[in-house]
Amino acid sequence: MDRVAVIGASMTEFGQRDSWVMDLLAEAGEACLDDAGVAPHEVEHLYVSNMASGEFEGQTGVMNALAHDLDVLPAYSQRVDQTSSSGGAGIYAAWQSIASGASDMTLLVGGEKMTHRTTGEATDVIASITHPVEYKHGVTLPSFAGLTARHYLERYDAPRESLAKVAVKNHRNGLDNPHAQFQKEVDLETVMESPIVADPLRLYDFCPITDGSAALMFCPESVAEQYTDDYAIVTGVAGATDTHVVHEREDPTVMGGVVESGKQAYEMADLEPEDVDVAELHDMFTILEFLQMEGLGFAEPGSAWERVEAGETEIDGELPINTSGGLKSKGHPLGASGVAQGYEIYAQLVGEAGDRQVDADVGLACNVGGFGNCVITTIMEAAE
Amino acid sequence: MTMEAYRYEDGSITYPGHTIGPNGSEPVGTVDLSEYEAEVITWTNSTATPPGVRQPNALAIVEFDVDGESVRAIGQLTTDDVETGETVRPVYVEELRDPEAGIKEPESQDWDGYRFEPV
Repeated sequence: MDRVAVIGASMTEFGQRDSWVMDLLAEAGEACLDDAGVAPHEVEHLYVSNMASGEFEGQTGVMNALAHDLDVLPAYSQRVDQTSSSGGAGIYAAWQSIASGASDMTLLVGGEKMTHRTTGEATDVIASITHPVEYKHGVTLPSFAGLTARHYLERYDAPRESLAKVAVKNHRNGLDNPHAQFQKEVDLETVMESPIVADPLRLYDFCPITDGSAALMFCPESVAEQYTDDYAIVTGVAGATDTHVVHEREDPTVMGGVVESGKQAYEMADLEPEDVDVAELHDMFTILEFLQMEGLGFAEPGSAWERVEAGETEIDGELPINTSGGLKSKGHPLGASGVAQGYEIYAQLVGEAGDRQVDADVGLACNVGGFGNCVITTIMEAAE
Repeated sequence: MTMEAYRYEDGSITYPGHTIGPNGSEPVGTVDLSEYEAEVITWTNSTATPPGVRQPNALAIVEFDVDGESVRAIGQLTTDDVETGETVRPVYVEELRDPEAGIKEPESQDWDGYRFEPV
């Protein structure tokens, strides 16, 4: 079977943008066509990853609008919503479109416009994914993070500072990412003394609210060779779902969707966690970086904090995690985030990551929807 | 008002109930958790709350023991002076958050329920 290649990528500047969602999507989409050297009429499938453009700004039907705006007509178009993992789900959909033979050229664009809403309003849009018994108590995703972080720290006797070190690391990485929302270093003291948001987590344990868009171009490997010598191959991609009601999980520190999607992606790629050279993890909250490291086999249960404390996940460490700055520093425009993770892995594999370039042949991205409710894990390898 | 959990064919209990329970088993009855005490598994005090939610909002995941079967629930606390492992009991509240202030349709769900109070 022809393998699925990624031959181009783009992302807009993330942050507080004047543009609305359609303009953001078009900006990334056009840049991706240029980067891949693909003409609009060559696109056969268009996927648009977006969680809530209807709720945020009253704009629906974004796939059709973008298809027209980029002149990729009559390409098949589809919006992909899987909450915060919409981007990863878009990668899965794009991979399926090529692997099945349904398309020979698929454009994936993810984007969200959020910053025109107050923090409370944006938090409520995101919290609307919760079960009614959770929602009526005012449960939000940040509060899930606080509940889980306390349980993790108490159970494994991990130092509170180890979570803060995730924020410090990812902010430092974001300094070298021109697309990042925060290109600003923060020290441990700043993180530890920032205002409490969901005890024991503080402001700098959380990602910001963000506008932005990112895009990837997919095609069969046999077609990729007609466009470029430098491309990446999606060798593993899988998705899995955990309970909707978060407190029903047997172990609050285990995200079943991370474990299962990772296991399937490793099997598909015929790789082990030790083979991964660089990873983008969904650090919407610092505690999530620990849970994904453990769920994906990068650390034993309860020990991810030790690898962070040892500096092994720094950009010059044994396993660089979130070289892009992660959601924490780069920002988290919901539907764009999973695609932007793919952008970073692609850039690392083809040697286009600039000042944050690491030596990598295998990269992994884990995109988490809700509080581990839906998860997509993607493994890419550099083409030989 | 009750705090209704479902009991399934295999003996397991969940709160809330589901159409099909763990291991594919069918619901066979209900349990009113408001009649039981529970243990705090973890808690947080959330200061960044959405429209219509009290600020700060102390929350806990608690675990009930119903005749040897454990079942967990999440809910607001009556105080932020609580510790992991502490025993709490459900206390009825007519309105947990303002139904008119959030994104959800007020008629789409109920808004009363139980907070957890340290015993």
